[in-house]
Amino acid sequence: MSTAASPIPGPAASSQRRSRDRRRSLDRFGDAALRAVCVAAALLAVVTLLAVGYQVAHGASPAISQFGLGFVFNAEWQPNLGAFGARPFLLGTLVSSLFALLIGAPIAIAIGLFLSLLAPKGVRGVISPLVEMLAAIPSVILGFWGLVVLAPFVDRNIEPWLHDKLGFIPIFGPPQTTGLSVFTASLILTIMIVPIIASISRDLFLSVPRDVQDGASALGATRWEVIRGVVLPSTASGVVAAALLGLGRALGEAIAVAQVIGAGSKMHLSLFETGDTLAARIANEFPGAITQMHKASLYYLGLILLAIGLTANLTAQWIGRRFDYRQAMAK
Amino acid sequence: MSGSFDPAAPLRPTGNLRRRRLVSHVAEYGATAAAVAAVAVLAIVVYTVISRGAAAISLDFLFEGEPDGIGPMLVGTAEIVAIGTLIAAPIGILIAVYLTEFAAGGRVDRLVRLTLDLVNGLPSIIIGLFVFGLLVNHHKQSGFAAAVALSIIMLPIVARGTQEVLVLVPGNLREAADALGVSRWRSVLTVILPSATSGIVTATILAVARAAGETAPLILVDSVWSGSEVSLDPFGPVPNIPVKIFRLSEEANPEALTQAWGAGLVLLSFIMFAGLGARALLARSKRRMAG
Repeated sequence: MSTAASPIPGPAASSQRRSRDRRRSLDRFGDAALRAVCVAAALLAVVTLLAVGYQVAHGASPAISQFGLGFVFNAEWQPNLGAFGARPFLLGTLVSSLFALLIGAPIAIAIGLFLSLLAPKGVRGVISPLVEMLAAIPSVILGFWGLVVLAPFVDRNIEPWLHDKLGFIPIFGPPQTTGLSVFTASLILTIMIVPIIASISRDLFLSVPRDVQDGASALGATRWEVIRGVVLPSTASGVVAAALLGLGRALGEAIAVAQVIGAGSKMHLSLFETGDTLAARIANEFPGAITQMHKASLYYLGLILLAIGLTANLTAQWIGRRFDYRQAMAK
Repeated sequence: MSGSFDPAAPLRPTGNLRRRRLVSHVAEYGATAAAVAAVAVLAIVVYTVISRGAAAISLDFLFEGEPDGIGPMLVGTAEIVAIGTLIAAPIGILIAVYLTEFAAGGRVDRLVRLTLDLVNGLPSIIIGLFVFGLLVNHHKQSGFAAAVALSIIMLPIVARGTQEVLVLVPGNLREAADALGVSRWRSVLTVILPSATSGIVTATILAVARAAGETAPLILVDSVWSGSEVSLDPFGPVPNIPVKIFRLSEEANPEALTQAWGAGLVLLSFIMFAGLGARALLARSKRRMAG
């Protein structure tokens, strides 16, 4: 771009100035337009999130006005009789997700440690993408696998064994005949959340400064003591946030759970009985729901799920942000 | 610690150190075992899908309609995902540009970031309920509604991925553009976005891979169709693969199960190849950016 102004005013210079002015006003317009479009896109995302909340609450409103908050604690779910309550599904959701987190979080953190600190570089480069690929398996395929392969296996092998050894604890009751159970659903959820928690915690562990770890090693700490004494404490809040994100994912999984949990609406102490979750019940019954109150009640289940899910995610963000903040302060 | 000093004794850890070493080794083996277990589960699932699905795969299966094949569902899924991408990619890229170029780190900025994280964490069944209330209730199910649902799922993936590569665009490119007197919008459109193209494509492919297998919202907004022939009208129900697999998996006869494995194999191989391609592209673009 030649911007050197010619000292002699003439027709050429004036046309140059005119084109420069035009360009300038075009640029001013372009800047404003790009900015406006970008802001609009960002606001659209915010509006979408609000609209999701509104739409779900709106869909639930007939059920809310009919049943009130008692819906959450009511154990009846009989669409034919017009009796609706969320308690079995709420409990099923919490039990299956928390159990999945209980099994999955230690495994995932161990994988994170392996991939960040223990594995040789070549191995890391192979295993890391494989673990992430586990997260890419669509839930409908994983659920189908759970239904056809995992459930019979669990039914024949794992459940009888656990009942034999730990049957005195009421949650390990007698196995049923199909393997469709809260326990199987938890195992499928575990498979879904392990890669999520593992890849976040791997990145967290990689962010721990090398010299601090070397310092601990130089003082004679073993590898485990470096992890236990330096790596885990300095990333603890981030790991908790990762676990909460995994929990949020498990709470909301509909399809895979619907395929393996057996859609029971009674509440049991035993993990080996059928059960159901909020998300799975919506996926199972919504397409066939005819009465308005049935639909509204399913929306109400969705509203409860949305509230729990948002709480888990917001808590994770909050803890994660505190972690970022502390890291920034330490630097 | 132990009695007398014997200079001839081999240097082996004893007592407390031996125990600490042992604990450390057990922990290392435990972590390794966890990683092996995850890979083993992946291998078992993929092996099952391939070994049982391969029996179903044939030209008829890929191109015919119901009851023998999944042709219309393949076309339909491609259509829905394509429309979803057309909605999500531009908006996601614009949000990323907003966050890297225009946001000043203020409140709105934080709100937008938080929103992306929360949308990313929304259960997909909730997105299905939302789109049902917005587009399907009082109207009818449609491929367009399904595309909108998928676009909401894709949006945070595209926005986050694009933002990550935009941050990597070398500062001197930006400064050079500024020094030449190039206005903001020109430098964004002609310098910054082009140099981040492969990263943006990567993010979009990852979002497509995620959306292609998404089932829960489609069950609510796009599940009433007969898959016997191709139907491309996005304002009517469009047959799609995930719902087909879900339906087949609930049937009892072995033929349906074989078909479900076959459809699963097609879907899974698309997703795996898309994921691998995206990963390769990302590695290449990162190398180039760093170099």
